[in-house]
This record gives sequence, structure tokens and C-alpha cells, in this order.
Amino acid sequence: MAYSDKVLDHYENPRNVGSFDKADNSVGTGMVGAPACGDVMKLQIKVNEQGVIEDARFKTYGCGSAIASSSLVTEWVKGKTLEEARQIKNSQIVEELALPPVKIHCSVLAEDAIKAAIEDFQGKQGAKENDDASSSAARVEYEFGGKR
Amino acid sequence: MRKPIYFDYSATTPCDPRVAEKLCQYLTLDGEFGNPASRSHPYGWDAEKAVEEARGHVAALIGADPKEIVWTSGATESDNLAIKGAAHFYSRKGKHVVTCKTEHKAVLDTCRQLEREGYEVTYLDPEANGMVDLKKLETAIRPDTVLVSIMHVNNEIGVIQDIAAIGRITRERGVIFHCDAAQSAGKIPIDVNAMNVDLLSLSAHKVYGPKGIGALYVRRKPRVRIEAQIHGGGHERGMRSGTLATHQIVGMGEAFRIAREEMPAEAERLRALRDRLLNGLQDIEEVYVNGDLAHRIPGNLNISFNFVEGESLIMALKDVAVSSGSACTSASLEPSYVLRALGRSDELAHSSIRFTLGRFTTEEEVDYTIGLVKGKIEKLRELSPLWEMYKEGVDLNKVQWAAH
Repeated sequence: MAYSDKVLDHYENPRNVGSFDKADNSVGTGMVGAPACGDVMKLQIKVNEQGVIEDARFKTYGCGSAIASSSLVTEWVKGKTLEEARQIKNSQIVEELALPPVKIHCSVLAEDAIKAAIEDFQGKQGAKENDDASSSAARVEYEFGGKR
Repeated sequence: MRKPIYFDYSATTPCDPRVAEKLCQYLTLDGEFGNPASRSHPYGWDAEKAVEEARGHVAALIGADPKEIVWTSGATESDNLAIKGAAHFYSRKGKHVVTCKTEHKAVLDTCRQLEREGYEVTYLDPEANGMVDLKKLETAIRPDTVLVSIMHVNNEIGVIQDIAAIGRITRERGVIFHCDAAQSAGKIPIDVNAMNVDLLSLSAHKVYGPKGIGALYVRRKPRVRIEAQIHGGGHERGMRSGTLATHQIVGMGEAFRIAREEMPAEAERLRALRDRLLNGLQDIEEVYVNGDLAHRIPGNLNISFNFVEGESLIMALKDVAVSSGSACTSASLEPSYVLRALGRSDELAHSSIRFTLGRFTTEEEVDYTIGLVKGKIEKLRELSPLWEMYKEGVDLNKVQWAAH
């Protein structure tokens, strides 16, 4: 199969490979896919106090298009608020990487990974509040999309 | 070193230059271009002589009589002719066929067609090492079984079945035995009489001959009958009509002649190269050989690199022409049905690579490939969340995956 230049570029020089500490409260981790299906994506976002994604990391088990899709979204989510990141659609990934129809599931997986990471991060903020009654300010902060 | 390095000899082989040279002498006006069926002039007679000489070479490689060789367009056609031909001819005796789940699609899909026609087919499960259990095969044979079809060597994992033992069973039970030998001819010895094979499919392009030509061995003593699938001028004693492709037949004959002559030395050389490759790759953590290593043709290595997906590895190994057990490169996302039939986990099936070595493989190519694979596996594992989890001691079988 012929890959687009952009897929090849991301595959050969993947951006933001690595991991953050899952336990860190400012980190959201999304893990989607299954080994049996041939692809697993782990996407992590680091969110600052303003609710903006400061940094992102990924690791992907899967074909070149899956690796490229996840590498691409780590670039896209950086600097976005959680709400903005949630708006990223798989069709944008398909367009950017010129993915053929058989590889569209890779872009769907990348979109799901973003949503899962955001959910994980927001879940942590909720849990923190339960642990610590004094964090109601933090709760408000995140409930309103991270804007004070 | 020519790149990409060719390690896909089970997919096809280049024509041996000696084959190509001879083949070209049967095309133009200066050469022997005649129709072997022309009886009225020397053009036809000379072409016929060349075809019969080639028939002799093909027969010799498998211990057959030249009269038992029927030319076809390749192993797929031979499988179709053998399976449908025998099943149709003996349909009054019964409508049951026995085969194995790891057979080539040319056999499996032909059996599916028979099922649509009202036949019953038993698809045997292979053992975890890829071998057919003879007891299971024997139990599967029923009074209405007309045909057993088991391949000699598997195309993906290179595992060699005990054809002689199967032949003893089928002969004793009075069942026709078809064997697809596309991947074994020229690589390991074949003797249709010692093995009691009744029908045997052959291909030229796996043995350094041209594409588009093959043969079916059809036993004469005791006589095995098949119904023709292609009708016309009654060529090949009515079993396969169509003007004979003299140049391709001459090419196949020459390829099989060379194979018979050079097989012992070549097998030894390939085994040494394959073992060198295997030893080099076994330094890597979490690698698994798929299929039995002892009952395997010399040039095959099918190996899974755990936690690395096959298609991405093939992409990384762009300097090496190999094939993946994962069919992710095609429209489906199914991992290899052969590896699945062996009971390999989906992960390992998705992570498999088939290296097949051949006549023009060199030690230098093998050594280069070992180094390349090691580096790329390391890089892809750095990228793999599964590798990270494995290193952290997570049991991946216990993870609840969000399957999609």
C-alpha cells in the first residue's frame, strides 16, 4: 500500500513519543483499541491550571496510519482548551493525512483517544474534590471548561 | 547489495537466467513457435518434442510417469481441477471431502464451491505446530468420503505434512488423495508412488520458472479419473483443453530439471542461511517462531515479534521485501487465518513476519537484515504501549480492552 508523504513523515519522525506519570493529577490518559484488532493507542495530555493542554505524549501499537494519526493529534491538541480539543474530528485527521478508506478506523481511534484522555483528566478532578473538600474552587474551574 | 532485499521467495521466485534463456527460444519466428498440436508440419512436431521433454523433467522431479502430467495455468487451476474434477467424477460414490483449515485459499475456496453444490466438507484443525493429526484425519474419513486434500508444505509457515502417512491411510480406505505441492516441489523430495498420492498440484513460478504455468499429476495405476473443468479441443487427454503454452512449458521443464539437479546442495545452503537468520533474530526479547521448526522447509522463517504490529514493521523494513501474517495491508483487518488456526493469539498473529529465502539469497543479505530488524524492533517497541505495559509487569490478557 502506498502511504501519503505526511503519514510517512509522522511514521518516520513521530512527534511527542513517550509517557507522563499516569498518577499525576494534571495528566489525563486515554487508552483505546485492542491488541486483537491490531491497534492500541495511548494518548496523554498535561493540562495546566487554566485548563489548557500544555503538552501531550503518545504511544501506539498499530499500522503506520495509526502511528501517524496519534502523532498528529499530539501536535493538534497542544495549546488547545479541553473544549477545543474535544472538537477535533476524525474527518480532519483523514483529510490531513490523506488516509485511504481502509485506514479511516485509525483516525476514529485517534479521536476516541483524545476524548478518553479528556474524560480521564476530568474524572481525576472530580475524584480530587471528593478526597479534599477544600478543592471546590478547582471543581468549578474545570466544570466550566477550565476557564476562570 | 540490491535493495529491497528479496525475502519473499514463497510468494514467487525470479526466473532462473538459464530458464529465461531457454524459454525465449520458443517465441519468435527464429525459434520454435509452433503449436504442439499441429500434426502436419515440423513446426508442430518440434514444439511437441519440446513439450514432451519438459513433461519428462516435471515427471522426474516427483517420481511420476510423463503420461501422468497434465499442463495447467498454475497451482490454483491444478487445485480446482483436482478437487472439483475428482469430486464430480466420483459423486455417485459419495459427496464428502476432507481437508485442513490451513490449506491455501485455492483449496479452501474450491471446497466452499463444492459445499454450494451440495457436498459436505470437513475442515480439520491442525495441531499448534501446524501438523495434521493423523488420527483426526482417519476418524474424519466416512463411507461417503471421496477425496482428502492436504498440502505438502504450508505457504505461510513452511511446515511439512507427513504425506506418506496420509497416503497410506487414504489408499487403505479407498479414498482419492490430492496434495498441493506448490510450496514443496524443488525444495524437498517428492515421490508420488512412495507417498501414495493420486493427484498432485505443481506451480512453475515457485521453482524459478515462469508465472502462468503449472501442472497436475493424475495417477494412472490405479487409474484416477477426473472430470474436465475446461472444455475444448480435448488437449491433455481431454482433462484440460487449450493450446499448450510451449514457451512456458519449456520454462517449467527447465526449472524443474535444474531443481532436481541442485536441490540437495541448495537445501543445505538455505537451511544454513535460515538458521543464521533465526539465530540472529532470537537475540531479541519476546520473539516466537510460528509452526514446527523441525518439520519445515529450509528456506522459511515465520516469526512473531510480540508487541509490534506487523504492518508497521513491514513499513519499517522497507529495505527488505517480506510478507506479513497480518492481512491489515488488504481491505480486511483479519490476522492470518493460518496462524489463527494454530491457536496463536491475535496479538502474535498480528505481529508476524514471513521471511522466505531462496536461490539468490546471500549471507551478506541475511546479516544486514538481522541488524536492520533489531534496530527497527527496538524503535517500534519504544512506540508501543503494549511493550511499556509488558515491561511494567501488566498481564495483557487481563486488561479489559475497549474493542472497536
